[in-house]
Amino acid sequence: MTNTLKNETKIRIGVDIGGTFTDVVLEKNKEVFSSKVLTTSDFPEIAILNGIAEVTKEAKVKPETISQIIHGTTLATNALIERTGAKTALITTKGFRDVIEMRTESRFEQYDLNLMMPLPLISREHRYVIEERISATGDILIPINKTKVMELIKALKNENYASIAVGLIHSYTNDYHERYIKNILSKQLRNAMVSISSEVSPQMREYERFNTVSANAYVKPLMKSYLMRLQKKLIKQKIVCPIFLMHSGGGIISLESAAEFPVRLIESGPAGGAVFAATIAKKHKIKNTLSFDMGGTTAKICLIKNQKPKTSRVFEVARSYRFKKGSGMPISIPVIDMVEIGAGGGSLAHVDELQQIRVGPQSAGSNPGPACYSLGGNSPTVTDADLFLGKLSEDGFAGGSMPLSKIDSENTLKINISDKLGTSDEISAHGILEVVDENMANAARVHAVENGEDLSDYTMIAFGGAAPLHASRICEKLGINKFLVPEGAGVGSALGFLHAPFSFEATRSFYSRISNFNLKLTKNIFAELQNDATTFVKSCAPNSPIQSEYKVYMRYKGQGWEIPVHLKEKDALKPTGKELKKLFEREYKKIFGRIVNDIDIEITIWSVNSFTPLKKITEIEPIEAKKIARIKEKRSMFDSKLGREVRAKVIARNQLNEGDEIYGPAIITETETTIILTSNFKATVQMDKCISVQKNE
Amino acid sequence: MNAKTKKINNQVMWNRLISVVEEQAQALIRTAFSTSVREAGDLSAGVYNSKGEMLAQAVTGTPGHVNAMAESVGHFIKYIGEKTFREGDVYITNDPWMGTGHLHDITVVTPTFKDQKFIGFFACTAHIVDIGGRGFGADAISIYEEGLYIPIMRFFDKGKINNTLIQIIRANVREPDQLVGDLFALAACNEIGIKRLLVMMEEFKIKNLTIISNFILERSYKATLEKISQLPQKEATGFMTIDGYNTPINIKIRLTILKHEIRCDFTGTSSVDEKGINVPLVYTKAYACYALKCTIAPNIPNNAGSLSPFKVFAPINSIVNAIHPAPVALRHVIGHFIPDTIFNALNKIMPNTVPAEGAGTLCNFQVSIRPTEYQSVGEDNYRSEVLTFNSGGSGARPNSDGLNATAFPSGVMTMPIEATENTGPIIIWRKELRPDSGGIGKFRGGLGQFMEVGVKEGYVFDFQAMFDRVNYPAKGQNGGGSGSPTLIRRDDGLKMKGKGKQFIPNGNKVHLAFPGGGGFGKVAHRDKSLIKRDLTLGYISTESAQLHYKLSEQEINSVLQNKKK
Repeated sequence: MTNTLKNETKIRIGVDIGGTFTDVVLEKNKEVFSSKVLTTSDFPEIAILNGIAEVTKEAKVKPETISQIIHGTTLATNALIERTGAKTALITTKGFRDVIEMRTESRFEQYDLNLMMPLPLISREHRYVIEERISATGDILIPINKTKVMELIKALKNENYASIAVGLIHSYTNDYHERYIKNILSKQLRNAMVSISSEVSPQMREYERFNTVSANAYVKPLMKSYLMRLQKKLIKQKIVCPIFLMHSGGGIISLESAAEFPVRLIESGPAGGAVFAATIAKKHKIKNTLSFDMGGTTAKICLIKNQKPKTSRVFEVARSYRFKKGSGMPISIPVIDMVEIGAGGGSLAHVDELQQIRVGPQSAGSNPGPACYSLGGNSPTVTDADLFLGKLSEDGFAGGSMPLSKIDSENTLKINISDKLGTSDEISAHGILEVVDENMANAARVHAVENGEDLSDYTMIAFGGAAPLHASRICEKLGINKFLVPEGAGVGSALGFLHAPFSFEATRSFYSRISNFNLKLTKNIFAELQNDATTFVKSCAPNSPIQSEYKVYMRYKGQGWEIPVHLKEKDALKPTGKELKKLFEREYKKIFGRIVNDIDIEITIWSVNSFTPLKKITEIEPIEAKKIARIKEKRSMFDSKLGREVRAKVIARNQLNEGDEIYGPAIITETETTIILTSNFKATVQMDKCISVQKNE
Repeated sequence: MNAKTKKINNQVMWNRLISVVEEQAQALIRTAFSTSVREAGDLSAGVYNSKGEMLAQAVTGTPGHVNAMAESVGHFIKYIGEKTFREGDVYITNDPWMGTGHLHDITVVTPTFKDQKFIGFFACTAHIVDIGGRGFGADAISIYEEGLYIPIMRFFDKGKINNTLIQIIRANVREPDQLVGDLFALAACNEIGIKRLLVMMEEFKIKNLTIISNFILERSYKATLEKISQLPQKEATGFMTIDGYNTPINIKIRLTILKHEIRCDFTGTSSVDEKGINVPLVYTKAYACYALKCTIAPNIPNNAGSLSPFKVFAPINSIVNAIHPAPVALRHVIGHFIPDTIFNALNKIMPNTVPAEGAGTLCNFQVSIRPTEYQSVGEDNYRSEVLTFNSGGSGARPNSDGLNATAFPSGVMTMPIEATENTGPIIIWRKELRPDSGGIGKFRGGLGQFMEVGVKEGYVFDFQAMFDRVNYPAKGQNGGGSGSPTLIRRDDGLKMKGKGKQFIPNGNKVHLAFPGGGGFGKVAHRDKSLIKRDLTLGYISTESAQLHYKLSEQEINSVLQNKKK
């Protein structure tokens, strides 16, 4: 059959642009090739072309035979953090000019008298108001007036805005006024791009929605021009295949959709990482996994239940104050739910006024980097502690291309920690690692409890440069018995892109109560949302079957926090109050322990996620240990659980074969990372070279 | 585990306890029914050793719970009796003097057991929207009018719920379902804390909290003393006058910094008011400590050790040490001014450290809505109670402007108006910054905000005002100007009172202008680029730019022409 034949020769490319590196992976049949090149911040497409040239050469394929490119990028995120977006205006309801500036009217740090608030994305002089008003129930209280809109447009015309955001009160329930303005704007101000909040994020809560539409408008010109440039450059290289973009919800959308809703591209890299972990979980037939990605600056933790990453409807970007909750800006779009904390190899350690060791969230970055890089860094980092305690070696870092200096680590540990606490350098380094591991374990615990999950039946999947070094200790702390370190962990996000389905999640706020549940109205909501979502997916994959998932957010009447409740297709097409109540109570009980009797239940947000079937993954059987790997080399390593030094076996990953078994304490080295097995763990090499690490009985 | 790594373990456990109480608080936010808890974060959660000493407390929206929480568990030990503690017990109170200052705060305490041995407590407090009586407001003249009073008692007895208590509560409050829902949420969040604590104890193989609690309390006490010892050992007074209910109120403090403690004496402060704005001492202590901790030791976590060097004295029957049966429902209105009064004194001891006066108390109001014609009451026509939290501007700092429309000292959040309008037939017509309201100075006070409140056609409402700074706006510091005062009137021009319940007839709205913060330093020293920025942003008007900030007409025109470039 020609169809299958075509599929077999498909050459697909995944590209992830990160802050430092641009990762490109190429998939040819079942083979995977990868390259890592430096990111070219001003013109990111250059790095992509470089990466593609490198990887196609290695795979011995011609660029013009590439059939699909899937791309994820931090470009939109960076524009928000660095405030390098376009000149943008916000049009909002009269009386509400300052919503995005007043935020929640609270301080995200209670004890800092000199606290500064992050500046609003669109400054006050660029925020315009229009007389109009819609009520919470969608009734028009003050109709919009064409003369007034025209007056406003006159004012806007003089200012040459590249982009305009429109966010009106209660537009999630009635979008008539926003569309009315959009219509006139697109005729009158042809040079400006327009984003309206009822399209970008039709969810209740004005601060979140206005901020989201502002962010979309702010990055739109930049993203659009970048994506168009990229397409042109690729065509020049005779790469004429379709380009798709990874979005924050863990799926892919067309280049056109991405250019229209660039805010959905935020966090696409980490989303790719979560999809990568989900793929590994599926391959290894593991039900529930904790994805743990630790790099130089941050660690990201994500729950993957039933081989699917958890999703959420709002998140925060551009935190301005020590990664503190509330110090960034909220973006309400469907997103893979993960916690990101300031803990990485480069995280700096110091002793505070309570004589406690603190680690992060500040990072030494790559320049000067940890003290052991000997590039002038003079504060101890997590990497210094790892080196000092024998978990890293001086000559094995980054495949030996980056010699490390243990003496430099020791000196900085002594000056900054040991001398202040009156402890040995060993205990200081141990303290740094315990603190950073505890920080990450705490973040994972809190995240699990918030989702009503018990981590003890989870398996961890560890990737990113620093994760395998810390995985075993964090598993000990979390009571997790098993973790996997997959191959290709260094380019995990880009690999994840290749496994992401075409998908689009459409959400809408609509109040409904179980006590007066209206089947007709609610049935239509799901039908409309499904139509919206599938239209997006069809634009990418016109011939593929499309599946949909249905979800509502529910709570007891009077509560403020909604919990997601999933519906089966048959229930979604014909939802009944009784069934919804049952599902809600089951979920509520799981998270909070007990249900509340006699209180009505509300449904606030409705969502349909439509997607193409996931790429088929061949499951593999776990391998039983065949033989104990013979390892001669040993070095001293500090075992955190035992609290003392032990002699650990050392072996290179590429010398291990399927079925080999290694008992901890052991150190498995590879170019991009090092896997540490504490005395409690043993590892078995799997069919796909994935290393499966299990607690000893 | 060897001796050397023990020290590290103690630190790890301390971190863990802080994480546990944060999680306990999160669980409460997510399950609570009262908007004050779930949207605004008016709650508190903590873990205690067996002596009732607080080891860790969640940083939530309410410094007002800081000491109050720290002390309240001691009262439970005394009144319940340690010998009668059993696994599955849960205790409760809303006693303003043994809890956190008014009947609207419910405190729930759960004794914690490991291997059948009593080891400590988890406690939490939340502000609920209604406790019966006259409703939340300043109008009562004794505590008896302010609602149902729950003495310290058992909420659960060995796992069995106290149904008599629940029946009494249900019969006495306006929203029984939601209040009982909140009570369960309080009990459940303690359970979450207990579960996590026991896992930690298992992991570190400890049988009780003695060693870790000594470690935490000693470290914190020492670190706080260390900070205090770096201060000049001086004495200074602070003073502030505010509106009060009918008569103005003077808050006076004498601050004495000694080697091992800081004393805060409120002698000279006005005496108890006849209306419900009086403050139990626990709440006074909480805000006094908060102000001192912000200035002196912001990074040391709150616990019995770090709080013990701060000593607060206030004469009995002064408005900051009201005793039973004084009405105390709006104790926050006065309590929120305590930090600014302390800063007034601290500025004399530690110049250029603390901010000028700000809006102080939150600009809260509650709206009771009912249909104009009773025959039309039906499915979509109902009575509704809506409480909102809002903020004026904070005082300018020695090196930066005050924060616009941001709560200080309280840390609670405002509710989204879209969420508020979904809870009843209320319409908020305006909620935006109030230009020119920040006190002038080298650094400008934070701006207050405008609000306009009405209801849907066919409804009337009572407006319960809880404002201050109508007659006494926030004063500037070191030569800075005052912030603008609170303004409150009906849209037909009728003047309204800053406090108390006022009827609003059909079709009328309430216009509100919330106060700005005071300025810091002389206006002549203000950086011109900041003045121009303020004009560009519309924080100040052209008139003010000319009159107060001495910008020339030419400069003003140039700013206005270029403002959108």
